[in-house]
Amino acid sequence: MKILYFAWLREKAGRAEETVDVPPGVATVGALIDWLKGQGEGHKAAFADPSLVRVAVNQEYVKLDHPVRRGDEVAFFPPVTGG
Amino acid sequence: MIRVQREDFDIGAEIAALTAGKRAIGGVCTFVGLVREIAGDRAISAMTLEHYPAMTAKELERIEAEARTRWPLEATLIVHRYGRLEPGDRIVLVIAASAHREAAFEACHFLIDFLKTKAPFWKREEGSEGGTWVDARAADDTATRRWTRKTERPQRKRRHAAE
Repeated sequence: MKILYFAWLREKAGRAEETVDVPPGVATVGALIDWLKGQGEGHKAAFADPSLVRVAVNQEYVKLDHPVRRGDEVAFFPPVTGG
Repeated sequence: MIRVQREDFDIGAEIAALTAGKRAIGGVCTFVGLVREIAGDRAISAMTLEHYPAMTAKELERIEAEARTRWPLEATLIVHRYGRLEPGDRIVLVIAASAHREAAFEACHFLIDFLKTKAPFWKREEGSEGGTWVDARAADDTATRRWTRKTERPQRKRRHAAE
């Protein structure tokens, strides 16, 4: 599974992207966040306030209960500020 | 049509290219976003726009397609820049063209409101105390919700279609 981080989530996580092999129990976006939080201090800081995190799976906005599977591209980022 | 680019754009040239040969167009509405020199009470020396290329293209195409289902548009264009910009620089261009002005005005307004809350861009402002990621504004969400309510009034669309 490919994970992407943008804006301050990228800075806190200390990386723009990574490829992860998640345990079989990690089947939703919410479960993936919980698992990622345990992968290091940077990850923990990035996800410290889940209300500030937006998620896209395969470039589509999704909610925390959305399924994730092998081969997905999951992106985490703050609320958008373009325009 | 959508474009995401580092380079500046020429508003006049973009309007001319978009409307060339399209004789059904009677009105063109344009919105241009610029980098302000002040954010809140802080002086800004520059801004860097980051984006998520694969998703930006998809979202902008979706927003444009949505506008075309709501208004009878002859042509639309969204150009959004990324990278480092300075106060006074152009950030975004939205053009909506229709037979009549009302659809052009409304669609242009809709496109910029939706773009601001849906397209995955993030601004980082640089000032004398260093850089800060811009927080999303609740007012932008409110602006977008206004258009959600509008879809609950289908008589508006029918009137356009009859013009």
